[in-house]
Amino acid sequence: MEVIIAIAIGALGGSGIWLLLRPRTFQVIMGISLVSYAVNLFIFSMGKLSLDQIPILRASRASEVADYADPLPQALVLTAIVIGFAMTALFLVLMLASRGLSGTDHVDGREGE
Amino acid sequence: MMLSWHDHLMIVPIVLPMLVAGLMLLLGEGRATAKAVVNVVTTVALLAVAIALLRQADAGPVRVAVYLAANWPAPFGIALALDRLSAIMLLLTAIMALGSLLYSLARWHRAGVHFHPLFQLQLMGLNGAFLTADLFNLFVFFEILLAASYGLLLHGSGPQRVKAGLHYIAVNLVGSSLFLIGVALIYGVTGTLNMADVAVRIGQVAGSDRMLMEAGAAILGVAFLIKAGAWPLNFWLPPSYAAASPPAAALFSIMTKVGVYVILRLSLLMFGEQAGESSGFVQQWILYIGLATLTFGTLGMLASQNTGRLAGFAVIISSGTLLSAIGFGRDSVTAAALFYLVSSTLALGAFFLLQELMERSRTFGADLLAVTLEAFGLDRSVDAEEDMSTTDIGVAIPAAMAFLGLSFIACALVLSGLPPLSGFVAKFALLTTILNPDGLTPEVGNPEPVLAWVLLGLLVVSGLTTVVSLTRIGIRAFWVPSGRAQPRLRVIEVFPIAAMLVLGIVLMVQAQPAMRYFTDTARALHHPGDYVRGIMSARQAGPGGANP
Repeated sequence: MEVIIAIAIGALGGSGIWLLLRPRTFQVIMGISLVSYAVNLFIFSMGKLSLDQIPILRASRASEVADYADPLPQALVLTAIVIGFAMTALFLVLMLASRGLSGTDHVDGREGE
Repeated sequence: MMLSWHDHLMIVPIVLPMLVAGLMLLLGEGRATAKAVVNVVTTVALLAVAIALLRQADAGPVRVAVYLAANWPAPFGIALALDRLSAIMLLLTAIMALGSLLYSLARWHRAGVHFHPLFQLQLMGLNGAFLTADLFNLFVFFEILLAASYGLLLHGSGPQRVKAGLHYIAVNLVGSSLFLIGVALIYGVTGTLNMADVAVRIGQVAGSDRMLMEAGAAILGVAFLIKAGAWPLNFWLPPSYAAASPPAAALFSIMTKVGVYVILRLSLLMFGEQAGESSGFVQQWILYIGLATLTFGTLGMLASQNTGRLAGFAVIISSGTLLSAIGFGRDSVTAAALFYLVSSTLALGAFFLLQELMERSRTFGADLLAVTLEAFGLDRSVDAEEDMSTTDIGVAIPAAMAFLGLSFIACALVLSGLPPLSGFVAKFALLTTILNPDGLTPEVGNPEPVLAWVLLGLLVVSGLTTVVSLTRIGIRAFWVPSGRAQPRLRVIEVFPIAAMLVLGIVLMVQAQPAMRYFTDTARALHHPGDYVRGIMSARQAGPGGANP
């Protein structure tokens, strides 16, 4: 499971960074989205990777800490997803404005050489 | 223990702007006058609260006021902490905010919708970032202040702003990703997000985890360095600050200081003497990065052809100076750096506002023309003709021009650190403390004397280039009067600039009490034991607070 998660984060992050460095605004926004997915997965895996474990205390189960998943990264990732989503939407609007004002989808607002 | 109203004062700088921003959004897109009144009243209230908090923070020898936001004890819930550093940053934010707001009332606040709500949200983010004692909470406040700053940067719209905004937002979104990675790594290793708790546990991190911890801290540091405008991650700064409307740019001059503030706080809190093997690991890097930033800012200032970009590079020089002073890791240098921070932020804010007034009566493309003329020596013939007609007659200096000229001189003096204004006191304090009365004896944990001399040289050179660049601009703006229109100034535009500069003079006259405050601040920062204890032992409020 660790290997799969690691590969997923690596693939998302790598392609995200490559797209980020491309000159077209659409590629940049896809890159930012992919990087933020990678980061979210990364935060999620930071507590501990576990299967079938609950994050909230339940009276029926014993008070063994090992039986529970760490709830904090889940809360953090939720916040990060919401914020990332809002920022992507804002960037999208700006991207459209830039396209409308400059007539090109190059990030510098004019075609490069 | 029940809380009195006094204890709740600390949450006001966060809650008040949030509520007011929400209310103003409910008002809809019109009613600019009503919103302006509400905004001014709120910002004045924030200033009053900031002053009250400053007095509260400065009351005892070492005092950390802690506010447990949800009334959970410290490492579990989110805590706000107020010490001297937070208090002075809050006050500076409130001053800059009031200044830019008053200036914007002249005309800029009508240049687009939602200026006032965004302005208040920006203040909420700034105040929150200065008050929070929790890493993830810091991330949230950073996002709030960044989101508001995206809106403020684009305020007024136009191709220039959209282009600069695109770069600015892309860079900061990547910075936020780095922030999250750093926070996640630190949480993974230490199991806590409370800054004080991290500081306690960092000494206990063992072996292989230490590397992970340091990597996390370094990635986190990169995120803050982007915000602070440190080289090589600051190419977004001059274009976006030049493109922003002047009131927004003046407010932004404190935004780079947020990055500096967090670096100062966290590097000393997390990697102070109690950090075990990791102790002092970030200082050296901050010093190198600061020196590089200072060099870059100095060169950029010489190269810039328009006032807006020049102001942007002045911001970079200010960041570079602060970072390299922080990298020195000596509390006397930190105290001087804090003095410099306040003095340079005030002057930069005034300069961003002033440059618009100066540019107002100039024709489009004059900047480029001025430099080209200089390069080809075409200048002289034009001047000669002018001289023929105006010799010996003398020119009456109108009040508006006199005000602009005097303010410009004051800004130039403070920014370059020439006597007699506060910039000189700041730079003098920096230079003396860097040189150290002991004569540069290499102490334990101090950087090499060579680096001290490099920093000394760079500080002096950056001051010199600031004088050169500003003089060049000043000559173009004030001494080449060929047929330029008289600038029309309004009191509401003049007042904020004058107020910021007068504050600079007050800081110069009252240098001793100010320096005393900053020395106390620096001492508390370099010995964070009391800060950590203060947060970790904060008592819960209300009847449920059974903590003894």
